[in-house]
Amino acid sequence: MTAAVLPMEQALTAAISILFDGVAYAMLLFIISVGLSITMGLMGFANLAHGAFAMLGGYVLVSLMLNAGVPFLAALLLTAVFVAIVSIPFERFLYRRLYKAGELDQVLLSIGLVFMATASITFVYGPSTVSITVPEFLSGQIDLGFGTFPTYRTFTIVVGVALMVALWYGFERTIIGAKIRAAVDNRRMAQSIGIDVDRLFVLAFALGSGLAALGGGLAIEIIGMSPTFALTYLVFFLIVVAVGGLGSIRGAFVAALILGIVDTAGKYLWPDGGAFFIYALTIAILLVKPEGLFGKA
Amino acid sequence: MNAPGNLRDRTEAARQYFVAREQWTWSEAVPWIAAVGAFFIFPDYMALGTQILIAIIFALSLDLILGYAGIITLGHAAYFGAGAYATGMLSAHLGWGEPITAMLFGGLVGGVFGFLSGWILLRYHGLTLLMLTLATAILLMEAANAAEYWTGGFDGLVGISIWPLLGTFEYDLWGHTYYWYALGVLFLCFLCARRIVHSPFGRSLVGIKGNVGRMHAIGAPVHRRLVTIYTISAAMAGIAGGLFAESNAYVTLDVLSFARSGTVLIFLVVGGIGRLYGAFLGTVVYMILEDELAKLSPEFWEFGIGLLLVVVVLFFKGGLLGAADSVTARWKQRQKP
Amino acid sequence: METEAKTVKPALKTHVLETRGLAKRFGALSVTRDVNLALEPGARHALIGPNGAGKTTLVNLITGVLRPDAGTVFLDGNDITGLNQAERVESGLARTFQINQLFRDLSVLENVVMSVAERSGAATNLWRRASANIAAIDEAMDILGKLDLEDHALTLVRELPYGRQRLVEIAITLAQKPLVLLLDEPAAGVPSTESHIILDVIDGLSDDIAILIIEHDMDIVFRFAKSITVLVSGGILVQGTPEEIAGDARVKAVYLGEQAHG
Repeated sequence: MTAAVLPMEQALTAAISILFDGVAYAMLLFIISVGLSITMGLMGFANLAHGAFAMLGGYVLVSLMLNAGVPFLAALLLTAVFVAIVSIPFERFLYRRLYKAGELDQVLLSIGLVFMATASITFVYGPSTVSITVPEFLSGQIDLGFGTFPTYRTFTIVVGVALMVALWYGFERTIIGAKIRAAVDNRRMAQSIGIDVDRLFVLAFALGSGLAALGGGLAIEIIGMSPTFALTYLVFFLIVVAVGGLGSIRGAFVAALILGIVDTAGKYLWPDGGAFFIYALTIAILLVKPEGLFGKA
Repeated sequence: MNAPGNLRDRTEAARQYFVAREQWTWSEAVPWIAAVGAFFIFPDYMALGTQILIAIIFALSLDLILGYAGIITLGHAAYFGAGAYATGMLSAHLGWGEPITAMLFGGLVGGVFGFLSGWILLRYHGLTLLMLTLATAILLMEAANAAEYWTGGFDGLVGISIWPLLGTFEYDLWGHTYYWYALGVLFLCFLCARRIVHSPFGRSLVGIKGNVGRMHAIGAPVHRRLVTIYTISAAMAGIAGGLFAESNAYVTLDVLSFARSGTVLIFLVVGGIGRLYGAFLGTVVYMILEDELAKLSPEFWEFGIGLLLVVVVLFFKGGLLGAADSVTARWKQRQKP
Repeated sequence: METEAKTVKPALKTHVLETRGLAKRFGALSVTRDVNLALEPGARHALIGPNGAGKTTLVNLITGVLRPDAGTVFLDGNDITGLNQAERVESGLARTFQINQLFRDLSVLENVVMSVAERSGAATNLWRRASANIAAIDEAMDILGKLDLEDHALTLVRELPYGRQRLVEIAITLAQKPLVLLLDEPAAGVPSTESHIILDVIDGLSDDIAILIIEHDMDIVFRFAKSITVLVSGGILVQGTPEEIAGDARVKAVYLGEQAHG
């Protein structure tokens, strides 16, 4: 253990700092993974390629900003919309064929897609990490009253929470949200009362992919973006979805917070072995609640 | 009631159904002839050849649980790595370098890990099981990383010194000794796997994969069966890991990685799961292609493998062996007058 | 069929299957209420009731697919409530499913051999070859012979007509040599031209086996059953002989609109 013994105030500052960074990281995980949770809950499709959409988002953002000079916020939005639209043919022509197939086929197909995506991105952009210049008003520090924090991370947290609220509202209060919840709960029953589950799924899939792209774009500045992003973070996205529970926005949010904070804390306090805790915690949670914290039993 | 004579005929005819499946066919000699032949035709490639044979043992172990029992895992490297480190540490820390016993020790450690984890994890299914197997393997890798003194951590385990095989055959720079050693071990492992698969136990695994609900309803202790085959599979993976440690005299964290678990899965899928020989074909094809193509362009190699996976899943469900079957079936159709 | 002689039994009979106070809830919904059921050895008992009465749920509780919230299940005098599904089968309780649960990619022969091997314990052997298990193969062929499935022994199950698949479902349970056999709508999904095959087989089953059959078709019920339980909304409405049930006004009311024999 290399955790130093700090005086109270320093320990508190360190704790707040870890918490803050952890929450920012958690927001990234949430934004990227929530779409995966919904689509897996809706169609039961094990899609390991979801991170590739996040990765695509990151690179599209870079291109928009560097090659087309689009300002950051506008580029984020454009990226999300672009990737959402691009994802639709994937669902229609590829994934749709495997809804009835076994889990193994789904896992293998999606792994194959990740490899193809990673290789393509390496081919076009090269193997090293990419970076962007964040606009003035998002860089530096900001005083939040109880301390000064990096502006960009604060921005990420705000976006994450805002999206969480928007999604929650969308799912709980709108008719489409109700339909999706019904279909997640019992697909056959939903179909038999006339809900067009296929169309819902395309919608959810596009939304999820668009959000993933948004998350990928936001992630560049915080956890970095390179062609290995999709594979490296694949495990974390899966953990958020499995621990949170398929089809649960609340679950994805809570699981992302747990994962983000524990992982960040682990890295700060125990640089050599900190990652251990996340996997141990994941196993422990799944052993007790195999359906995830908020999943349906 | 049938007369005893009729009874015997009828049962004998039924028995032939099983016998036909169990019998050794001439085509089964092909991989072994090819393996022996490779030694004489490609003497400079024996180091690669040894690694291919070791990988086949690993893939074979996965086929037992994936192809026959239907257990989908993304963490099988945990047992390969456990075996590799066990054998490596036996030599590096305790100075015991007798190759056969050290390899068997690797198998034992793999088997123990397999039994303990399987007993707990095999109560779960689907995504949960997938995540648990994945997380277990990564956990083991993190633990190995942290236990630097024992495993060498990120830098890897050095100081592995293996004694001559059977007291006389030294490890040679061209890898000849180890090629025959690995081939011998592969043959024995294969015989065991083949025996298990054709036994009533092996058939019950097929039943579990086919309809687990029905298996419960005919009184099969499903969990116990799964844990048994999982343990055997983990032990075989551990043996492969032990051979890996011996042949490379070096073990890194990579032996426990998700990449290794994923690649062995790809070997099997490309070759054809549930056929035993799929492990042979898929591993050979993948590793030879990798050796040739990855050098030229890593991106094209990665893209190619990804594309191969997608194509196999969509169009060639049974892998290469499955495709070969369809071709032979169609050829036989044409032969009919 | 003469039933009077059989209903007068010695007072000290043991029930081969008995449930006491069996109950199950899903949330606020009570799907099984205080069910007390008893089968004597060699029983031919039918479980009837309108759709949604909870007949299959009851069978699932008896076989261990579901855990009850209250109550006990006894098999041949032994409390099996704590046993899991496979353990109950080992104790002598077998069932068929409303929708076939077979090994569709295997041959008819292998489906039955699989079941025989589990019962005889041969399935734990991982060294001996399957073809060496002559006793199991012989027994399987014997069962197939009795069910007139011999000619289809090597056919894959998925290639059989549905009616014959239903027979394979029964063959698998017979391989267990059960004390009690639960048949969940054995003729369900079978075209009426083929259903007589199944019914003849059920008629021919040995008196050693106590049979509980879930059925909707009253023709089948009255052909086969010596005693009947009527289940409504998870609870027993009435139990009795076919004549008693046929004449019961409450039963007629429950089945109003459905065909009933009076």
